[in-house]
Amino acid sequence: MADVDFVADCSGALFWERQSLLVVSDLHLEKGSSYAARGVLLPPYDTVATLSRLAAVIARHDPRQVIALGDSFHDRDAHARLSGPDREALAALQVRRSWIWIAGNHDPALPSSLGGVVATEVAIGPIAFRHEPTGAAGEIAGHLHPKARVPTRGRSIERRCFASDGERAVMPAFGAYAGGLSIRDAAFARIFGSPGFMAHVLGDNRVHAFVASRCY
Amino acid sequence: MSTLDLFSVPPSETADLLPRRFRDWFASRGWSPREHQLALLAKAREERSALLIAPTGAGKTLAGFLPTLVELSGELDRKGTHLPLKGGGRRVPARDGWGSAAGAEQAADPHPNPPPFRGREPDDLASDEIESKAVRPNLVSTGRGVRRSSGLHTLYISPLKALAVDIARNLETPVAEMGLPIRIETRTGDTPVSRRQRQRRYPPDILLTTPEQLALLLASDDAPFLFASLKRIVLDELHALVTSKRGDLLSLGLARLWTIAPHARAIGLSATVAEPEQLARFLVPQPGGARVSADVVTAGGAAPPVVEMLDTRERLPWSGHSARHALPEVYELIKRNKTTLVFVNTRSQAEMLFQDLWRMNDDGLAIALHHGSLDVAQRRKVEDAMAAGRLRGVVCTSSLDLGVDWGDVDLVINIGAPKGSSRLMQRIGRANHRFDEASRAVLVPANRFEVLECAVAIDAIAENAQDTPPLRTGALDVLAQHVLGCACGKPFLSDELYDEVRTAAPYAALSRTDFDDVVDFVATGGYALKTYERFARIKQDKQGRWRVTNPKVRQSYRLNVGTIVEETMLKVRLVRSRAGGSGSTGVIARGGRMLGEIEEVFIEGLVPGDTFVFGGEVVRYEALVEDQVYVSRANDKDAKVPSYMGGKFPLSTYLAERVRKLLDNSRAWKGLPDQVHDWLSLQRKFSRVPAVRELLVETFPRGGSHYLVCYPFEGRLAHQTLGMLLTRRLERARARPLGFVANEYALAVWGVGDLSFMIRHGKLDLNALFDPDMLGDDLEAWLAESALMKRTFRNCAIISGLIARRFTDEEKSRRQVLFSTDLIYDVLRKHQADHVLLRAARGDAATGLLDLRRLSDMLARIHGRITHKDLDHVSPLAVPALLEIGRESVYGEASDELLAEAAEELVREATT
Repeated sequence: MADVDFVADCSGALFWERQSLLVVSDLHLEKGSSYAARGVLLPPYDTVATLSRLAAVIARHDPRQVIALGDSFHDRDAHARLSGPDREALAALQVRRSWIWIAGNHDPALPSSLGGVVATEVAIGPIAFRHEPTGAAGEIAGHLHPKARVPTRGRSIERRCFASDGERAVMPAFGAYAGGLSIRDAAFARIFGSPGFMAHVLGDNRVHAFVASRCY
Repeated sequence: MSTLDLFSVPPSETADLLPRRFRDWFASRGWSPREHQLALLAKAREERSALLIAPTGAGKTLAGFLPTLVELSGELDRKGTHLPLKGGGRRVPARDGWGSAAGAEQAADPHPNPPPFRGREPDDLASDEIESKAVRPNLVSTGRGVRRSSGLHTLYISPLKALAVDIARNLETPVAEMGLPIRIETRTGDTPVSRRQRQRRYPPDILLTTPEQLALLLASDDAPFLFASLKRIVLDELHALVTSKRGDLLSLGLARLWTIAPHARAIGLSATVAEPEQLARFLVPQPGGARVSADVVTAGGAAPPVVEMLDTRERLPWSGHSARHALPEVYELIKRNKTTLVFVNTRSQAEMLFQDLWRMNDDGLAIALHHGSLDVAQRRKVEDAMAAGRLRGVVCTSSLDLGVDWGDVDLVINIGAPKGSSRLMQRIGRANHRFDEASRAVLVPANRFEVLECAVAIDAIAENAQDTPPLRTGALDVLAQHVLGCACGKPFLSDELYDEVRTAAPYAALSRTDFDDVVDFVATGGYALKTYERFARIKQDKQGRWRVTNPKVRQSYRLNVGTIVEETMLKVRLVRSRAGGSGSTGVIARGGRMLGEIEEVFIEGLVPGDTFVFGGEVVRYEALVEDQVYVSRANDKDAKVPSYMGGKFPLSTYLAERVRKLLDNSRAWKGLPDQVHDWLSLQRKFSRVPAVRELLVETFPRGGSHYLVCYPFEGRLAHQTLGMLLTRRLERARARPLGFVANEYALAVWGVGDLSFMIRHGKLDLNALFDPDMLGDDLEAWLAESALMKRTFRNCAIISGLIARRFTDEEKSRRQVLFSTDLIYDVLRKHQADHVLLRAARGDAATGLLDLRRLSDMLARIHGRITHKDLDHVSPLAVPALLEIGRESVYGEASDELLAEAAEELVREATT
């Protein structure tokens, strides 16, 4: 994208090798407890599940820098609800690497006590990282939680995906409880303009590319 | 005519049981009370609960209510209340077999008048007017107002709200004609709030309602006030209620009632079942450890039905379920009879059949359609037209299995597989509800295997052999809902509630651990990680009583009560087709005429461009946008995708066993149609016909692939699960399986590897392949990703109250709910595999969509009894299974291979 090579990891993370930069979007940590506060007692294991997947992908690429592309926490108070062990696990991931929290609509004001730097957006070379996509060239964003349904042999498979037209990209949500929005939704058409963009669908061991208009 | 008359019971006894006013009423209608009606009166007098087993048309409902009517009349008589005559005693012709008609002209009256009290809903009266009504209740101060001294006497529970309304209407007739001072009211989801409130303050004598409404009534502070006076509980269509989670919910409601009103006695009304004693346990509180049953009363005297199989002149299809070959013959039958019910197994079959029948309906016969996805008003219209004798035929699904009897149905046609003998008998009972005349039915098999199934079903009916399933073990998710409901009412102590719950037959064996886990789940989610204490929905007070923590919990419970989780439905809209058809690059014109609703699961299996039948026409799937499915009109005569979803019920174990026996006994084949006889003979010649206890496995090459076909006869659901597990094992054995297809009788797996060669050279051991140990690790691994298991879990999550389906404030679409339960399943499974909800889901999987129990029984049965046939080509018996390939979707789990293959295909398409 924009003459930069990214590796789309099948976990839903994006790796920029030359910068040793790993990007993850929409972790939605503590979504479970956020629902619980409203009376929906979802299993309180989503944070530990998300963090352990994050630990795995960090171990795989050993990046020098990490960007969490917004909506890292499900609500404004979510960071305060992190359990001791989860807080320690997160701190362990931040050791020896620079960590940037991009503010999202769910977590617009993160405290510095979380470690790392808080920013509204970050530009590295030709690439701009922000939470909500604007459709600008060279932009990598999250927010929309793209997913794609792919028809295969008389049945279909639905998975999270990256959406990109080579000029801009929308990342899949990384969080264990994050839902998805079909890439056939009008929101994506608005960002990419033409229907010719690609869905990079997360498989079990690799990522598969489809023309978005072939998915549904 | 073999009518049971008054004198089959000693007259003195009749007089003793039935007050003069009742005897006179029976006589005025030319009826006499039936033996079982009197038997129930006797049971009531002895204060015994009873289960009445009777076929349709035996006056079952009146039998259930007679004790109530007699008691209510007598009670008031004794107190000297004056009884004014209401309604003028207009005679209403028999429509429902309330009693036995002595003169046939009444039952045959094609223009039934509405009962006299219809339209005079109590709702029309202000509450002060009610007190001044002829009933003249004795008013008692309760501290919070006044109420009648008598209170609610009888509670009637029906599985269908429409049935409750009809029964109430019909009950008004004897009540009015005998001038009984009895107030009858219904309470369903449609009952207006004002009347609901009034019902709490001024309970009627008889309240007719559904299991869900009972749960709601019990989950309130004034439940003891409302139910303390209860004397009789009438449970209609009990055989149908107890087979589902609604039965679990009802049983828990009964357990509550037994606590609140210990003197209340139950009467269950049921069609014939395999184990009446077992069903009768449902009606009485189960004491710890022992098993007790209510008394069983069986109505005798019904003439055995006359059932035949359609001996078609046409060629019998190898596969498929449409029975299209026989439609001209079906049409002829409708033409030759007065009114015919045509039962099919699925909604889409009903659609297709209805469309085909109208295509050939040159005589313009009034043929209607009735199934569960049709609008309620539409269904009622069909039912009314039927009752009025205006229809010649109704194509219907199990939507008409239950309900009041209406119209003079003289023939029942069952298209396709009968699935089970009891089920079929109940359907056949819909014909000719004059109890003492034989019902007539014709079975129309849609393919050759179904011929075998029909043949054994006819034998089973001749022997009156029942195959209803055994009583359920109560589900934990339903218990969770009940526990929350209890906490919404009067606060409860765990020990007391545990004892109460176990008086319900389905929960008699509930362990204390399971109960405590459920309470813990209701309180804080039941997680090993105790982080939700402050969000608890119910909490214990100082005395240890559990109560809800805030009114929102109560509100959410009320909105979400019930155990019926509907399929997620999508709206279908008709738009103009885009040029090019299957391409999806064009923009869909939004809007379009709304055709109806369709299951999301079905649409998910489609690819744009596929055609299917909907609303009586062939349409092409264009696109899915949010919750709208866009389709265009297709000119094709046949749909590409038969929307046969298999039907809800698998072939019963009992009929399967009989089919295996029939196959094993070649002398019995003589009774089968020639085409089927020849088919089986060919199978014997080229391969082998499976013996009763063995599993026949055939392997053969075909069109570049290698096939393995086996014949367990355990129903499609169990076969699907077996297929999933077998392909996993074959993958490990490097046989490179590609897919499989399952029907009710057989399972076919195909792949790249030469299975015959592998078996021949000892590289694949069939006994090991089919070893029951596949239900261990392989099953666990598969369950982790199985879409069926996720659906099962979703139902449990909704019923247990973890996930709401209806919301107080902002409405969340159901699509989101479906998605998030999948994520919850994944996370919970990984982090707390023994959580109570996962246990509930596994319990469901044993008998539900995965039919694990049946699979495990089968694997045990055939262990060491596998016969392998190494063939050069497909065998006659395998043809039907192979024909299903490509028709039904191929199941296989999402994998990189499938995704990669799909991607390659598209590349090929794009580059050539």
